[in-house]
Amino acid sequence: MTDAINRRRKIQNTVWLTLTGVASLLVVVPLILIFYHLISSGAGALNVAFFTRLPAPVGETGGGMANALLGTAQLVFYAGLFGIPIAVAVGVFMAEAGRTRFGSFVRLVADVMNGIPSIVVGIFVWAWVVVAMGGFSLLAGAIALAVMLIPMVARTTEEMVRLVPKELREGGQALGFTRWRTTLGIVLPAAKSGILTGVLVALARIAGETAPLLFTAFGNPFWEWRLNEPVASLPLLIYQYAISPYDDWHRQAWAASLVLIGLVLVVNVLARSIFKNPYRSR
Amino acid sequence: MASRAETTPGGAPPAAPKKSLRALVPSRARGNLADQVYGTLLQGCGLILPLLFGFMILQIGREAWFAVSTFGGGFVTSSSWNPVSGEFGALPFIYGTIVSSFLALAIAVPLSVGLAIFLTELAPLWLARPIAFATELLAAIPSVVYGLWGIFVLVPFLRSTIQEPLSEALGGVIPFFAGPAYGFSILSGAVIISIMIVPFISAVAREVLEAVPRDQREAALALGATRWEMTWHVALPYALPGIIGGSILGLGRALGETMAVTMVIGNRPDIPVSLFAPGYTMASVLANEFAEATGDLYLSALMEIALILFGITLVVNVLAQLLVWRVSKRGGQA
Amino acid sequence: MEDPTVARARTPHPPTHAGTVGRERAATSTPETVVAPPVPQVSHPSESGSRETAVTVEATDFSFWYGANQALKQINLKVPSRKVTALIGPSGCGKSTFLRSINRMNDLIPGTRHDGDIELDGESLFSPDQDVVRLRRRVGMVFQKSNPFPKSIFENVAYGPRVNRLVDSRRELEDLVEHSLKRAALWDEVKDRLDKSALGLSGGQQQRLCIARALAVEPEVVLMDEPASALDPIATQKIEELIYELKSDYTIVIVTHNMQQAARVSDRTAFFYLGELIEVGNTDVIFTNPKKEQTEAYITGRFG
Repeated sequence: MTDAINRRRKIQNTVWLTLTGVASLLVVVPLILIFYHLISSGAGALNVAFFTRLPAPVGETGGGMANALLGTAQLVFYAGLFGIPIAVAVGVFMAEAGRTRFGSFVRLVADVMNGIPSIVVGIFVWAWVVVAMGGFSLLAGAIALAVMLIPMVARTTEEMVRLVPKELREGGQALGFTRWRTTLGIVLPAAKSGILTGVLVALARIAGETAPLLFTAFGNPFWEWRLNEPVASLPLLIYQYAISPYDDWHRQAWAASLVLIGLVLVVNVLARSIFKNPYRSR
Repeated sequence: MASRAETTPGGAPPAAPKKSLRALVPSRARGNLADQVYGTLLQGCGLILPLLFGFMILQIGREAWFAVSTFGGGFVTSSSWNPVSGEFGALPFIYGTIVSSFLALAIAVPLSVGLAIFLTELAPLWLARPIAFATELLAAIPSVVYGLWGIFVLVPFLRSTIQEPLSEALGGVIPFFAGPAYGFSILSGAVIISIMIVPFISAVAREVLEAVPRDQREAALALGATRWEMTWHVALPYALPGIIGGSILGLGRALGETMAVTMVIGNRPDIPVSLFAPGYTMASVLANEFAEATGDLYLSALMEIALILFGITLVVNVLAQLLVWRVSKRGGQA
Repeated sequence: MEDPTVARARTPHPPTHAGTVGRERAATSTPETVVAPPVPQVSHPSESGSRETAVTVEATDFSFWYGANQALKQINLKVPSRKVTALIGPSGCGKSTFLRSINRMNDLIPGTRHDGDIELDGESLFSPDQDVVRLRRRVGMVFQKSNPFPKSIFENVAYGPRVNRLVDSRRELEDLVEHSLKRAALWDEVKDRLDKSALGLSGGQQQRLCIARALAVEPEVVLMDEPASALDPIATQKIEELIYELKSDYTIVIVTHNMQQAARVSDRTAFFYLGELIEVGNTDVIFTNPKKEQTEAYITGRFG
């Protein structure tokens, strides 16, 4: 009897442990499929025209996404310009005041803001900036992306500043440095590679965001440099082309996705190589 | 700034100290002043996030007020969404959001926990690292790319491989499988959300599973438990609070997913029983109709939906944070 | 079949001092009825011979590697049944590694390999049809730092019998738990709070709970890895008394870095050094007249 029971236990053991392997497979398979389709459907449409031409009028083939590439670059640039200094300041605050009630409260707010749906952020910025400016704009899009960037980078900055061993800080104070000199002159430089990593990862994240741009940057079929005009962006164009009925646009959407993912991947690998981060940035 | 007591070369007496306001303040206090300014500035920076957050609530709330005051509580119970006639009821979207998110959770949590167990208990290092890396990669893919893949790969697959057979075989018996196999449906929305939230849930699950003390595992194994029995009886119960926290975090993300869902869910403001029928989520209706909303009431109704979505994700995220915070505290005590 | 109650009856012996250590107490099989409750009928997998046959652990040219590092070098050791065998030696000499090989707990560590063999009652531990799960039921283990599950006292002791399906009814389980706790000399202290958390017990009590937990699956061999090293002297003494009582029913192998403890408690002693078994013999001989110079050096405290 015991043998039969033991055999059943062994079978259960094998079955359940195999199921965990199956689960892992089921998780990895979509990734492989996505990359496969990106390459098979997208690589073909990646040509010079893609990178240099403007989108063709509706229904015509042969256009490109050059302005969207520029637009995404602009959006990310301005979002970083506005958002990074604020985020680093907030991050330093949280690292220094983290144990106080106010500091913990701010951290909670940051974590909650990291969880706000990106479309809600877009709507918020619409109500604030677009209505005030009277129209869609690059500025509004950048602000929306900045609002998403700030809590992300604030938290990673905090974690990196926290990682700086307190001996460094104490060393500075022992030398007679004032608190602000210690933080700005010693601690921040020590944390800078980690902070940079967090910044890069966050920039890669916002480069791929679509929802916040739907009613802020809105999109633009032409080249655009002005801050107060709508601007094209890669994710917006992918969306627009994906839901359209035109095959050529579908292929361009795949190509654009390939470019986007390539960018995101490169930036992430770069970021990780700068700082071997054992902690996951939430 | 200590006063320079040494003589200049050549024996000349030291120059007289500059008569300035700053020189009157003793040096230690001067350092303190800078520090005080710094401290105040820093506190000010701390205020930025709560202020921004409050401002967000204010803006959206203000725009939504019109609809709130017009419809009152009926907004969340009414299921008719008719911009033309001016009837706005949010129930279809609330339904679609909740059903797709919870279904996604039901798919994602077992997969994530299974993956976490596989990585921590079973997989040798040469296998575990690439799989973990692949999972992280899933988190880096933008939502719109998921949507693109969803439209051209996932939906056709689900329609032909799952929906059509199931609906033919069981559609008469089980209402969840009834009706034509649309492809663009609540099921597709749920599946794509589940793929997107697995990296987050499994990351948390992995962390808490790895934190189970070795001697607890060994105690069970030394008593003659099989590996699975040890995992099920000892490791998982230990890791359970963390896994729950991670799942709620995943739920928070699921509720707010926009692009991928919009592209595969069908976008019909209905409350279907069948999972194979199209649905509509709060995030999706905002994405689709906000830019074209004509009329103050229409706009305000959408704003109210945004407010509701904001509120729901707020509550869920705060809950998750509290749980995760509690778990990490307990880990320090153990 | 002989009544298991009777077979298990024995008069408790107090631990003797160092002078009389090693004198073997004949296993009394006087059929006197004891106050202990009837032991539940626990079915064993078929073994060669009945419960009364001697169970030995025998290592033959056993070597063990952690990756490239050889931790054990061709160990040849016979562990006699129903006796306490102590493994002594300085830190890192391999005694814990050897102990953990007996119930194959080292399997859990990636990158290890072994050579040679260890046999339990004539069967090789490493043969392909050896069931590790069943092995670990037959060879129990008590760890250095007590590791009760975060459950109630009852649930801790009941876990092993439950998961191995050793009993059929709740009543049998309760009897088994009571019996195990009595044999671990813990019953009187916890009988009124069996459903309270095990983590509320003192260090010494927790360790005795772990012993009860190990005994509940009716092992034949009990391995103890420095069981009292984290305990105060009074708790240590209780554990040593317990070991002395248990040896009439179980083969016990104990790793200890405390030589006086080895001298107090064990019948046979094996001295390990740098992965080799230097000398093994009756405890009183080892401690009074060791054959090898290294053994003498260690015992007299010249190193270690």
